[in-house]
Amino acid sequence: MNNNMKKVIKFVFIALLSCVIIFPLYFIIINSLKTVEESRMLNFSLPSEFQWGNYIEVIKAGSLVRAFLNSMLMAGVSSIIAVLVSSMASYALSRRRTKVHNMLYVYFFLGLIAPVNYVTTLFTLKFLHLQNTYLGIILEFATLGIPFLVFLYYGFFENIPKELDEAAVIDGCGPFQLFFKVVFPLLKPATITGMVLNFLGAWNDFVTPLYLLSDNKKLGMTNSIYNFFGEHFNDWNMVFADIVLTVAPIVIIYICGQKYIVSGTSGAVKG
Amino acid sequence: MYKKKLYGIKFIIPALVLYTVLYIIPTIAGMVISLTDWNITRPEIHFIGLQNFVNIFTSRGGQYMASVGHTLEFTFITVILKTLIGLGLALLLNKGLKSRNMFRTIFFLPYALAPLIIGISFVSVLKPEGPFNAILATIGLEGLAHSWLTESATALGSTMAVEVWRMAGWNMMILLAGLQMIPEEYYEASAIDGAGKWKQFCKITLPFLRPSLMLVIVLNTIHGLRVFDIIYSLTGGGPGGLTEVINTLVFREFGMGRYGMANALNVVIFLITVIIALMMQRVLSGKESNE
Repeated sequence: MNNNMKKVIKFVFIALLSCVIIFPLYFIIINSLKTVEESRMLNFSLPSEFQWGNYIEVIKAGSLVRAFLNSMLMAGVSSIIAVLVSSMASYALSRRRTKVHNMLYVYFFLGLIAPVNYVTTLFTLKFLHLQNTYLGIILEFATLGIPFLVFLYYGFFENIPKELDEAAVIDGCGPFQLFFKVVFPLLKPATITGMVLNFLGAWNDFVTPLYLLSDNKKLGMTNSIYNFFGEHFNDWNMVFADIVLTVAPIVIIYICGQKYIVSGTSGAVKG
Repeated sequence: MYKKKLYGIKFIIPALVLYTVLYIIPTIAGMVISLTDWNITRPEIHFIGLQNFVNIFTSRGGQYMASVGHTLEFTFITVILKTLIGLGLALLLNKGLKSRNMFRTIFFLPYALAPLIIGISFVSVLKPEGPFNAILATIGLEGLAHSWLTESATALGSTMAVEVWRMAGWNMMILLAGLQMIPEEYYEASAIDGAGKWKQFCKITLPFLRPSLMLVIVLNTIHGLRVFDIIYSLTGGGPGGLTEVINTLVFREFGMGRYGMANALNVVIFLITVIIALMMQRVLSGKESNE
């Protein structure tokens, strides 16, 4: 009985704490379904009538289809590139481990500590004639993911026996065939973790496109919302509808891929 | 010998080229440019040595030093709060409760959302007529109501609170992973020896958790020094520059074409990060060798 009481008290306490997270989310969703006038009251009450049309309107007013496709393209392709190049590099680094390879590992590791210099990154992209292009921003998003992914895969390779490589070579595999046909499929958990984290990172990244993309037509959803907020800062129902639509894909990925996000987050502890 | 052929440099080159061209070269170029007076309004660029840094650190009361101060204040306080609240949540949700997975999911959720979007959302939540003040009034604390983001006394603190809201759950997740590596037998054995909860926490939990705690403190510090989106969307550096941090100032200087100064400010973040990382490394390895 005493023990049960304790459990109930603990549950109530945590439930109250979780309201700190839930209330703002509920507030945004409920107000995205009100009329402009109602939403300006900024309160928790239910809308007098659910304005589902807000969503249609904001998709048009904010050019959200275009922004969604931009986000998918930039976050998707950059994640694939980041995962491919990082797993390959990490593979050679962890299998060879000569002095040079260890130094290269530290070289990649530096990227986890030093902040990104967006000003000079912009100059570099200009020099390469990649400023304001999808390719430029995709390569930049991929690069931002490399240090962590090299680190993530490096730890993972310890669990993949080298004997496997030797067996494959005896069977006549070349280096790339060995990697892509035999090794890469075994990396699946790390690859999914890397894909999910990189995708979230690129989708949510506001500052990189702020510096590197001045063409509004190429902006993804996160940056579009900032511009939309600037123009409609008093139309809270529209701003909130835009927020819900931008966050929805992320929440879906978060719920489906939570296991992988957590293992990527806490994986660093064991490393 | 077969190793050279099998795991050749070809595997490393794509990542190495991308990372070098788009990360290392810009970082080094930034350091070089920070030593110049490059300004888009002037035709010539001069090498001026450390003058930009002298300007940053001597303009007492000026915007540069103030932004360094705000950044350090923001970092220091958020690191403490995120770590402590994260630890509290981790201890609460480590075992026992059946619904713990659901609560973990809820507390961790803000980490998956864009900081910019969290910022915009809290602009509405923290408005004078907004829901936060309404909740204060409901629980009888209407005297505490503020115009949180526009009053000079509360602006910086409010940005910190939003950042803690965003990251406490992430701290919880990392610390939970650390907690789960502690063997259960230690608690059982110490309970037989008559150790209370508090003693168990000090003698078992904390020592085992030290690597995870160090990790979150280092990462929280790095995140704090780099803060941009949250401040940019919540206050834009205002009111009156009271929430200006280094990264919002970098963006402003960049916008005005003062590339020399923008890069010098960037280098300042880099240097502070390295100094703190080295200090933490020292603390960590120093303690380890005592054992």
